[in-house]
Amino acid sequence: MSTIFLLLILLLGFLITFQIAKANEYVGILKGEKKNFEQNNRINGFLMIVFLVLGLIGVYWCNELFKGKILGEAASEHGDKIDTMLYITLGITGAVFFVTQILLFWFAYRYQYSEKRTAFYYPHNNKLELIWTVIPAIALTVLVGFGLYYWFRITGDAPKDAMEVEITGRQFAWLVRYPGKDNTFGKKYFQNISDKDDNQLGLLWDDPASHDDIVVNGTMYLVVGKPVKLIINSRDVIHDVGLVHFRMKMDAVPGTPTTMWFTPKFTTEEMRKKLNDPEFDYEISCNQMCGKGHYTMRGIVKVVTPDEFILWRAKEKPNYARVMAGKPAPPSTDTTKVSSVKPSETPSSVAKSK
Amino acid sequence: MSNETTIHVPAEVVHELHVEEHGAHHKESFITKYVFSQDHKMICKQFLITGIIWAILGGLMSVLFRLQLGYPEASFPILEDIFGKWAKGGKFTPEAYYALVTMHGTVLVFFVLTGGLSGTFANFLIPLQIGARDMASPFLNMLSYWFFWLASVVILSSFFLETGPASGGWTVYPPLSALGQVNEGSKAGMDFWIIGMALFVVSSLLGGLNYISTILNMRTKGMSMTRVPLTIWAILFTAVLGVLSFPVLLSGLILLLFDRHAGTSFYLSDIFVASTQTALPNEGGSAILFQHLFWFLGHPEVYIIILPAMGLVSEVMAVNSRKPIFGYMAMVGSLFAIAILAFLVWAHHMFVTGLNPFLGSVFVLLTLLIAVPSAIKVFNWLTTLWRGNIRFTPAMLFAIGFVSMFISGGLTGIFLGNSTLDIHLHDTYFVVAHFHIVMGVSAFFGMFCGIYHWYPKMYGRYLNNTMAYIHFWITLAGAYLIFWPLHYEGLAGVPRRYLDYSNWHAFKNFLELNRFISTVAMIVFAVQLMFVFNFFYSIFKGRKVVTPNPWGANTLEWTAPIRPGHGNWPGEIPEVYRWAYDYGKDGRSFIPQTEPVSPQESKH
Repeated sequence: MSTIFLLLILLLGFLITFQIAKANEYVGILKGEKKNFEQNNRINGFLMIVFLVLGLIGVYWCNELFKGKILGEAASEHGDKIDTMLYITLGITGAVFFVTQILLFWFAYRYQYSEKRTAFYYPHNNKLELIWTVIPAIALTVLVGFGLYYWFRITGDAPKDAMEVEITGRQFAWLVRYPGKDNTFGKKYFQNISDKDDNQLGLLWDDPASHDDIVVNGTMYLVVGKPVKLIINSRDVIHDVGLVHFRMKMDAVPGTPTTMWFTPKFTTEEMRKKLNDPEFDYEISCNQMCGKGHYTMRGIVKVVTPDEFILWRAKEKPNYARVMAGKPAPPSTDTTKVSSVKPSETPSSVAKSK
Repeated sequence: MSNETTIHVPAEVVHELHVEEHGAHHKESFITKYVFSQDHKMICKQFLITGIIWAILGGLMSVLFRLQLGYPEASFPILEDIFGKWAKGGKFTPEAYYALVTMHGTVLVFFVLTGGLSGTFANFLIPLQIGARDMASPFLNMLSYWFFWLASVVILSSFFLETGPASGGWTVYPPLSALGQVNEGSKAGMDFWIIGMALFVVSSLLGGLNYISTILNMRTKGMSMTRVPLTIWAILFTAVLGVLSFPVLLSGLILLLFDRHAGTSFYLSDIFVASTQTALPNEGGSAILFQHLFWFLGHPEVYIIILPAMGLVSEVMAVNSRKPIFGYMAMVGSLFAIAILAFLVWAHHMFVTGLNPFLGSVFVLLTLLIAVPSAIKVFNWLTTLWRGNIRFTPAMLFAIGFVSMFISGGLTGIFLGNSTLDIHLHDTYFVVAHFHIVMGVSAFFGMFCGIYHWYPKMYGRYLNNTMAYIHFWITLAGAYLIFWPLHYEGLAGVPRRYLDYSNWHAFKNFLELNRFISTVAMIVFAVQLMFVFNFFYSIFKGRKVVTPNPWGANTLEWTAPIRPGHGNWPGEIPEVYRWAYDYGKDGRSFIPQTEPVSPQESKH
């Protein structure tokens, strides 16, 4: 009912606008084309300056409204670099933005038609053009320089003492694997994957290195201050490991493992205190369109102290042990509320159950 | 006294003089005049009107999925009445949502801003502005439209498939787009998408080759390449980009078709399908290969969209500032630089795919290089306005709006082209805001600018000015209200292509903002419908054009009769003696290109 009502109002508004528009056209003809044109021109010229002023106020106001909701302190060292780069870029582009937009609308207002004015015949000026080729080029060199410096720092080799964790995307959940005590990942082969037999990654049990590998659904435990190197895989389509608080992101491509590394700065507990938010958790989001449940593909990162990590790892049963015990795997302790998307469930039912 | 007569009394006389004046050298039936026409002006109108229909549909799709984003909890029973199982309980299913998002992108990028924009203005302006009777091959030109039409039919019919249209995003990355088992839209919908796009590529090639050969070979006497208006240069580079890059997309799509139906493994490797609990046999393929092939078109594609808009804006801005465009050669040079760089930056869409970081750094450098020619263009436009005598015709307003949008969207490109920042901003709303402003809204502004400026030439009537002003100001303000705050969502890392953020701790803070954006989007969409009404109403009822050169412009199309017949000029094709931008020279408001240079004239 209200929809129809709304559409009626819209239609009415349109009819009124149309009638006014038509009437204006007739009035314009009766007034004489020249007078009509001059009047319209003045109105539009005035609106140019109104738009500029309101726009600038809007930009400021929008920033006041939302600056508290973005970024926050990055939770990784790489994140700090990225934030610095962001502010450098924002400074340079911001200055250009204000100068050019103000000039644009100011010129439009200032040089609007007037009978007295004649346009200035000014086809080119090589010196000016050279100036605004060179200045942007210099500004960009600065940006490229900083950008690449940080880029190579971030994408360079992980430190030798980095902990290795494998994360694998599937529709629509994350699987995390730890190498266990031997610090070596066991071999795997995708033809071996079987959800039914609790071998979600297709580990090869013939390889003894796989026997102590720990496979967890949906939650990744990391140690604060310790560099971590993620080895990223996908089981079906392309996903993307998005770690918004750490400012990191890397695609998960089936058949082509990718890597990224970073160092978490704060434990989850520290972040909860810092943000005064007891429900805070680092989230893993999927950032590459992966199908109907893309928006539900949520994982969690728990950043803990070294002692807590050792404790946690000791309690986790290796995948191999679970399988050999012959019973279906209970989901790991923390994952029930995290990765509730099972293949049989549709995403919408998950959304509802929440 | 009826309204018609008030408006049209002076018009009739002049109009009658010109109509049918050109030699009626061949008979025209309804079919050859309006359907299978080989007249570039009619083909232009066919492209334009098809583009308008697509734009309405594509815009409507965005309104529909903005409903979901703005009101994720609400249900709209009317949706179920219309869409049936796709909107059970008055709420779009995720499949329907993703199908809408995918087709919104496909339709607007290819069918509106490529087919609609280039098709319209290349067809209309090339022969009229270079002084030719028609395209080099009117027949291929006609085929170009009808392949476009066929492509449209195929894409449109995919909406009525049981499994729905393609829904893996407009970039159709495999394996998602290759396997029907993992995505409903990758069943028949994807085949329709590929076939539709293949037909579209054929249309684009037929058109593009024609545009290039016409511009290079059929310019009138005296029309050297340094005298053609910037519109023609822009269209030429656009056509070259299309001819060189669309075939690459087609090859990528053919391999995708093989992967889908012939059991090949170009893009597929190590895949386990959870729904059927089976591992696929494919090994050794590379999903990233497709992205290289796609973006080798995909990046030039955004310049295919924006270059014609730049050309139109440059021309309109000079005419209505009553000043020459500042730095004509620099404008041509920067168009050329952009066209070259367009082919060297595609991998900046792939910084986080596991690309070699060194390779990434090369693409950072080349990508940020594009900012230099873009900056030159912006400063040249600003200088064109400086000390002009500006008439705010609707076309001019949209030209100014274009520059504003191009600045805003171009600057955020500097963020995204920098791989360091792209790690954080990739696939967030920052990207959505960036490309909607710089490619979507800007290109639309360029297109509106062109339509308002050349409508009198196309239909011999004016669009209604009052509606045009309302259209411009609401669209400009609305576009900023929609896309400016989206940058903040992007900086917060909110991923795109999510239909519900309520489960996410980090992303759920923007519901109110999303609701606001959805509301503005609906208003802006309604105003576009008003423009469409204005367009069709004015074809029949608009104020008639009474002088062949209503804007006081220099270019050749305004020397043709008000409603030119097939062949454009009744007598000889006019000869050209000067460039297109002698405005305000030696105290004269404008000097048409057809006027010989007099010995007293000052040099520039």
